[in-house]
Amino acid sequence: MTAYLITGASIVGGEVADLLIDNGEIVATGTGLDAPADAQTIDAQGLVALPGLVDLHTHLREPGREDAETVFTGTRAAAKGGFTAVFAMANTDPVADTAGVVEQVWRLGRDAGYADVYPIGAVTVGRKGTQLAELGAMADSAARVRVFSDDGDCVWDAALMRRALEYVKAFGGVIAQHAQEPRLTQGAQMNEGALSGVLGLTGWPSVAEEAIIARDILLNAHVGSKLHVCHLSTKGSVEIVRAAKRRGLEVTAEVTPHHLLLTEELATSYNPVYKVNPPLRTKEDVEAVREGLADGTIDIVATDHAPHPVEDKDCEWSAAAFGMTGLETALSVVQHAMIDTKLLTWADVADRMSYRPAAIGQAAEHGRPLEAGAPANVVLYDPRVERIVVPEDSVSLSRNTPFEGMTLPGKVVATFLRGTPTVLDGELTR
Amino acid sequence: MSPAQSAEQPEAAQPPKRSSREVLDASDISRALTRIAHEILERNRGADPVVLLGIPSRGVPLAQRVSARIQAVEGQSVPTGSLDVTMYRDDIGLKPPRGLEHTDIPADGIDGKVVVLVDDVLFSGRTIRAALDALGDIGRPRAVQLAVLVDRGHRELPIRADYVGKNLPTSLVERVTVHLTEYDGQDAVLIADKGAKG
Amino acid sequence: MKHLLSAADLSRDEAQLILDTAEEMRSLADRPIKKLPALRGRTVVNLFFEDSTRTRISFEAAAKRLSADVINFSAKGSSLSKGESLKDTALTLQAMGADGVVCRHGSSGAPHLLAKSGWMTGSVVNAGDGTHEHPTQALLDAFTMRRHLGSLDGRRITIVGDVLHSRVARSNVLLLSTLGAEVTVVAPPTLVPVDMSRWPCATSYDFDAVLPKSDAVMMLRVQRERMNDAFFPSAREYTRRYGLDKNRMAQLPDEAIVLHPGPMNRGMEISAEVADSTRSVIVEQVTNGVAIRMAVLYLLLSGSNEEEQTA
Repeated sequence: MTAYLITGASIVGGEVADLLIDNGEIVATGTGLDAPADAQTIDAQGLVALPGLVDLHTHLREPGREDAETVFTGTRAAAKGGFTAVFAMANTDPVADTAGVVEQVWRLGRDAGYADVYPIGAVTVGRKGTQLAELGAMADSAARVRVFSDDGDCVWDAALMRRALEYVKAFGGVIAQHAQEPRLTQGAQMNEGALSGVLGLTGWPSVAEEAIIARDILLNAHVGSKLHVCHLSTKGSVEIVRAAKRRGLEVTAEVTPHHLLLTEELATSYNPVYKVNPPLRTKEDVEAVREGLADGTIDIVATDHAPHPVEDKDCEWSAAAFGMTGLETALSVVQHAMIDTKLLTWADVADRMSYRPAAIGQAAEHGRPLEAGAPANVVLYDPRVERIVVPEDSVSLSRNTPFEGMTLPGKVVATFLRGTPTVLDGELTR
Repeated sequence: MSPAQSAEQPEAAQPPKRSSREVLDASDISRALTRIAHEILERNRGADPVVLLGIPSRGVPLAQRVSARIQAVEGQSVPTGSLDVTMYRDDIGLKPPRGLEHTDIPADGIDGKVVVLVDDVLFSGRTIRAALDALGDIGRPRAVQLAVLVDRGHRELPIRADYVGKNLPTSLVERVTVHLTEYDGQDAVLIADKGAKG
Repeated sequence: MKHLLSAADLSRDEAQLILDTAEEMRSLADRPIKKLPALRGRTVVNLFFEDSTRTRISFEAAAKRLSADVINFSAKGSSLSKGESLKDTALTLQAMGADGVVCRHGSSGAPHLLAKSGWMTGSVVNAGDGTHEHPTQALLDAFTMRRHLGSLDGRRITIVGDVLHSRVARSNVLLLSTLGAEVTVVAPPTLVPVDMSRWPCATSYDFDAVLPKSDAVMMLRVQRERMNDAFFPSAREYTRRYGLDKNRMAQLPDEAIVLHPGPMNRGMEISAEVADSTRSVIVEQVTNGVAIRMAVLYLLLSGSNEEEQTA
């Protein structure tokens, strides 16, 4: 294995130091390091070194929708975005509701070798919300599933949600809830508010998210398990989670990059690339989720990378699929929304995008500080450059980025997965 | 969707420019219209069969003035109206869309009548061709005649006027502008180099 | 203007131009030959993804009276089920050389997408999209009101019914306010969007309070099925609170008129006596619809799209 000496990087945005990587580990940090003679030196002057990013919410689409994304292409996109671990959502076809499917996804990830793939198991059989899936079997499988979610659909039955939360206590699992009251969001197309009324698109009211979050927090307080809230998107949701945490209730929450930056006004174009679930909200909501992420109410950023083939977005709004890609733009969006606005430091970003998501997902090899002895999962990021987002530049199979044409800061220069570069000089190594 | 100005003569009223010269003044125009009124009566042996249709915009007040003169002479009113030809123009597909002018066909229609079309300037003849097509969709006159205040030549179609206020030989680079009090606050016919329009 | 997608796209001058042009078009109805050559050689496609015989034949009559070639393309259910996508339909129309596409679609924004996607170059007229807009309906309503009331400046117009799902209401509120009218929408609270702050109109839940102050009342069609989604308890209760019957009609000022975009649910939102009364201009709306659609097609399609210098 080649050793790498990274010189002059700002370690999580702080002190400038060198990093020596060998045998898959960080061997040493500091200055004047004693590198092996054949070590490759990477000049990282001006770059920020971060722990490999961990995405708790990725749709890799395999098995079933290999026309949208595969584990191979999705993890390449992850590596390009600075991620070394991704949690693959269960809404595949077949649904990841058995040990067989989650092991398949896990193996595909290992074979691809761009990022560690942690399959998420479905909470209910077929994600239909009626019967618990074999959560224990998935937990005991080679994939060691710890995060369970019916994402795309809400576990709306309160009794079933209670049982799921209870059941996963046996192996320390966490239920990641897609909070969406289904009756309040029938046929919903965009955020419900003044704009939806004008555009004639059926509204997705904030309360449909907030009501489920509040219910689940109380349910979880009752049974004492682990609840994670997926893609929290409204001001009200932030307030509910903040109040819960203040009361000492157990809950973690994520926000997506797109909800940190984009607003519902984009729906005015009727361009379905802006159609996503939960929908883009108002400016007030964007400000609230930024604030929530800054003060720790929201624990992590997760991409909800949701690739779709062209034909599923090249159509009228109501016929289009929900979702947007995000792996390759996540760090840039976070820099733009949180760092450049002074809401977060780079150390905070390491926390929100690496340490904490790894902790919630129980990915022990990831989310470790850049210290000697830690697995060498490292990102080198250049925050000084700018780029215009061009969908065709993406290494994902899909092109549905809502950031097309926007100028975003920063660029991932290198990504190391256990000491092996997946990205060097801003390009995939293979 | 803004209506373009009528492209053929007359141009929208322009304030007189330095290099423009007046070829007819108010009293010239008045005399010409009086003569045309008499000629129409003579030719048609009275006012009975006549319907006057002005072509918007400036043909309409001209038709009304001729109508008033006929009434003064004959003591009998002549059905007078207007005929918009916008949709019948042969260049309709070549120019930006334009708003329509009002078409007002007198109540008794035009079947069996002598329709006298009235316009301000006769130039290429294309407006009159369009007017003949428009008439065909409205009825079947016994005859169609044409009265114009100014004939400036340069015909592109086999069309001639029956009543002409003034023959005005012009060059193609010149521009003939008719001012009428109803639109422009004064009566005058001006001629100018195109370049003079600035 | 290249397309007519939303009543909001029209400035006051543009709206007046359409209404004035329609006035000229309407006089055509009195002529022996009801045909004008303005769109000779142009192809207008009626692209209807939803059934609407009334709107389609109105556009068809309008296009034919302007001498356009008309192709009726009924693509019902195409895109949302397994059929051809909107994109492929648009590419087909482009290949056929459609100069204008009149689009009715169940999905809000579909005509917008046709116009802006680059799939085709022709003009697009929104003939009703989902629960969004129906601008030619609003134009014909305004035209009908103008013929009866004169200028709409300061006129008080009341729109009653299922505002939430009504594309007619959306377009009318936008257009009528552009034309200077004071618009009030009246509906049970469940049938009004939750946030009306972007609508240039007032909202009321009390029909009887608004009636005496209305120069025109527009009754919207209310689908009985909404009952099943708990928008109102029963058809009977709806009629009692928001239906226009003879007694309510008596509360209107003397010269006030009653409109309905059709098709009517007689006995539901409007009683037969009102629909057939002298105040009702519902049949006239249909006549005026052809004139308005002629005006729109004429102004969008008659000229060249390139700005040319006048000779």
